[in-house]
Parts: sequence; structure tokens; C-alpha cells
Amino acid sequence: MTPPTYGFDTLQIHAGAQPDPATGARQTPIYQTTAYVFRDADHAAALFNLQEVGYIYSRLTNPTVAVLQERIATLEGGVGAVCCSSGHAAQIMALFPLMQPGDNVVVSTRLYGGSITQFGQTIKRFGWSASFVDFDDVEAIEAAADENTKAIFCESISNPGGYLTDIPAVAKVADRLGVPLIVDNTLASPYLCKPIEMGATLVVHSMTKYLTGNGTVTGGVVVDSGNFNWSASDKFPSLSQPEPAYHGLKFHETFGNLAFTFHGIAIGLRDLGMTLNPQAAHYTLMGIETLSLRMQRHVENAETVAAWLEADPRVDYVTYAGLPSSPYAARKATIYPKGAGALFTFAVKGGYEACVKLVDSVEIFSHVANLGDTRSLIIHSASTTHRQLTPEQQDAAGAGANVVRLSIGIEDPADLIRDLDQALAAATA
Amino acid sequence: MSYSHIFLREILTESQSIAAVGVSTNSIRPSHFVGRYLSQRGYRIIPVNPMYPDADLFGEPVRASLADIPAGETVDMVDIFRRSDQVLPVVEEAIDTLLSRGLKTIWMQIGVINPEAEALAEKAGLKVVMNRCPKIEHQRLFGELRKGGFNTGIISSKL
Repeated sequence: MTPPTYGFDTLQIHAGAQPDPATGARQTPIYQTTAYVFRDADHAAALFNLQEVGYIYSRLTNPTVAVLQERIATLEGGVGAVCCSSGHAAQIMALFPLMQPGDNVVVSTRLYGGSITQFGQTIKRFGWSASFVDFDDVEAIEAAADENTKAIFCESISNPGGYLTDIPAVAKVADRLGVPLIVDNTLASPYLCKPIEMGATLVVHSMTKYLTGNGTVTGGVVVDSGNFNWSASDKFPSLSQPEPAYHGLKFHETFGNLAFTFHGIAIGLRDLGMTLNPQAAHYTLMGIETLSLRMQRHVENAETVAAWLEADPRVDYVTYAGLPSSPYAARKATIYPKGAGALFTFAVKGGYEACVKLVDSVEIFSHVANLGDTRSLIIHSASTTHRQLTPEQQDAAGAGANVVRLSIGIEDPADLIRDLDQALAAATA
Repeated sequence: MSYSHIFLREILTESQSIAAVGVSTNSIRPSHFVGRYLSQRGYRIIPVNPMYPDADLFGEPVRASLADIPAGETVDMVDIFRRSDQVLPVVEEAIDTLLSRGLKTIWMQIGVINPEAEALAEKAGLKVVMNRCPKIEHQRLFGELRKGGFNTGIISSKL
């Protein structure tokens, strides 16, 4: 009686996307419409009352976006997903149902610089706060939590690279605290890491990166595992208590393990409005069809380039967690066996000045503030993505002044090495 | 508990008449949501709840118990909205009174799990579903949940 299971390569193409019921179109059409006609007044009422799932208005739901949501929910092993306009939007959408004014989240120090600012500064305007902790010290996570802690947040493979979170260990702490673990799985993608299988409650992505894979659109997504009991305590009133905007309906009681996703649509997208547009969903759907193939090549290339850099005398050190010399090599073998991603940093002898010169000297690598593109990218984090941080925060995040970040693409690795070789020569001349 | 799409689809296709035990007349209660949804999808819902002796729900009078459903009426499925520890007498009553009147399935809602009642019903030749909601399964299997971006588990290249 067990339902059939499908392999990742099949799901990345088929999940969510049966032929279009209206036309038979085999590729998912772009439903470029704002609104949808109701059959009659009863149909409209049922949709607005959440008694029926359907299309009302594209701020909430859209057929193209829905295919993408089901695709990612399936690949991550969740029950549902809500797409939104960016990875940063996804982080707010993940916290919004959990947090009330005065609540806090315990967050890893090893995060994308923009996320450190979002959690450290911006969320204070909502009356929320974050405590930053070294997630290799699981006792410190527990010590940082208090009765107002509503979530634990980390990245699987962290940006700017070189660090892998021990998700099963962190998930055990979250379980003990009775709060959900949220994992940003952007850098791993569900091909390299499935946080839900390791105990995470929610997974967020910047779809802008590997999921889309071609640097065309920004997008984000929140996936719910469906495994958290929102009514086990009084910590999560948005999900367990009556919702005034829906005549006193209780989301968890009414929708069971689909409650978080229903809330994300009916409250999150409705009132925060950080909606993904159907064109962007289309580009991301195109990207996901080849996710596993790209991730294999990204990892192969990253391993080759990182090993070459590590052996080069002009380089101080390379942080790639996929290198045998990495302090996280054992963790990679057990938790990330398919690879440590394709983002890492390396330190150039010659410090800040040499880094700036190196970035100016590359030809194939693109100097951009992005990652997870098919093309290889380079950036000096300390003067760009992590510029708003203090030197201490930069070092904690692995983005010190002497460090350059690479996002390795799927080009020929020999060409990437030749480009870095000539740029290092120019930078250290 | 894991049930195949085929198994659940068969139950929801072959059932026309569903006795909803413990259904509420309060329109924001989940049991009411489920009954109303299924009645709007063409199922005949026979409400069963001794709390509401004179009420009508979904176009049918509320019955005090399964035994109070008039003789001669067919009941394909009993859907149970009761605590797990109160399920056994309902299943016993269903087997006593409805087995000869078309009963094929005992369904227990999300959070309702009673292996003893399950074994009893299966011994009587009935299909059993526990810890699931027929509304959600109907929405999942017949395309509606797909509109909300939920993982339906359905992979198919058929139109």
C-alpha cells in the first residue's frame, strides 16, 4: 500500500507539472494573469473562506508558480512550499508565522552578510531580535535560547563557503527547545543536502542561485516539512490560536500538517505581498530541470579548482570544505556525501590590495555579487557583500580582508585555472 | 501509516454516502469544514452527533448515532471525528448496523489512531484509513491541492 517513490532526476523534471489541464501543453505555460474568474458567488465565497484551494488573485496563487512550489516541496521532501520574490523575502516569510513582537531567533554566525544585517538590524523594526552563536558549539545554541526563542536558523553550506553545518546535531537542539529549525539550503540545493531528512522543520532558498542556475531572476521559497506540532505549546499562536482575519479559524487544527503553507499563502503573501511573478517562476522551472546535472559539474569543478589553488604558493589558504585538508572533511563525508557545493574563499598573499587587483585581472570569472550561476563568479566580500559588517563579523563569517570568494561555474575547469593563474600573477607581481 | 494513491482514490470514488460521526454544526470547526467540502463535491453526508438532536446539516437531519440512521439507507463509509480512545465503540456499532447496508470503509481523521478498531474493521472485511482527512486526500488526489503548491506525490504525463 506504500506510494511509489521516484528518483531525484525524475522529480526535478516532473514533480508538480502534469500536462496543462486546459490545453494539454506539455511544458508548463506561463499564466500571465492577475485575476481568475469565479464560477459563481458560492465558488468565490468558498475560495475566500479557505474552504476550497484555487486561484483568486496572483498575489496569493498562480498556476505557474504553483508548479514550481510543488516541484521544490517534492525535491526537499516537504508537504508544501510558498514561493516569494527573493531569498530575503523567504526568510521573512519563514519567520512571520512564528514570531510575535518581543520574540527572538538563535542564528548561526556563519551566514551571508546580507542575512546577518537582516537578522541583526532590520528585524528589530518588527520587535524581533536575533542572537548570533557559533553553531559548532551546540551547547551555546541552547544557552542562547530563552522562553521567547521561536526558531533556530542556519545555512546548510554557509556563504561565503568553507563551512558545513552539522544539521542533525542542531536539529536535536531545536527539538529539545521545542522550536523549529530553519535551514537556508541555497548553497547546497536539495541535490546535495536534504535538511528535512536530517530534522529541519523549514527550508528556505534563494532560488536566484542554483535552483534557477542561470542568473536570470530573483526568487525565494519556504518549504514546510509538515513535521512540527504547532499546537504542542502556546509558542505559536498564529498557527494554533483563532485567526481573526478568517472568522476565528485555527490554521493548525483546520489544515493539519499543511497549516504552515496555508498560512504562508493566506496571511503571508496576502498581507506582506512579497509574491513571485509567473515569468520568474518559469525561468526557475527551466533551471530546476537540470539541477542534478549542474550540481555534479559544479562540485567536480570546485574540487579541481580548489585543489589547484591550495597547491599554489601565491595562495595562503583555501577554505573549501570539499578539500581533504578541510576541518569539515569528516562532516562532509557523513552529512554532505555528494559534495560541499561550489562556493569557497581563498586568501591571497598580499592581503586587501592583492585581492582587489586579482578581481580586476580575471577575464572569464565575472566580478558580480551573485553566486550559483552556470558561469564562474568572483568577489572580494570584505569590500562588497560583507562591507556593512565589522572586521570581527567579517572574520567570523569567513569574509576577512585578505579573502576572495569564488562561485565555480560549469565551464571547462582548465580554462578557469588558467584564468586564475594569470590573475594571481598580475595581483602578486 | 502509508496509503497508496490507488487505495485512497478507490475509496473516495466508490463511496457516495458518508456518515460523519462527531461532526460539528459550528462552521469554523474542522469537522464542519470537511463535511461541507465533501457535500459540495457531491457526497451525501449523514451527520451523526448526539449533541444536536434537532439540527440539520448539509441538507440532512443530524442523527444521534449510527444505529439511528433509518433502515434501508446505504452508508458506504464512516468518517470518525472522535478521540482515538473513543473510536472502538463507533466501529463496533458500524459493523453491527451498517455492514449489510453497503459499508466498505472506516476512516479516522488526522490524529485519530486506534489499531484495535483497525484490526476489528479489517477482520470484518472493511478498508481502514487512519490519521488522514478525506477532504485533504480528495483535494490532493483530484488536483485541487496542486493549485496551492502542495506536494501531491502525483507524477504523471497524462492529461
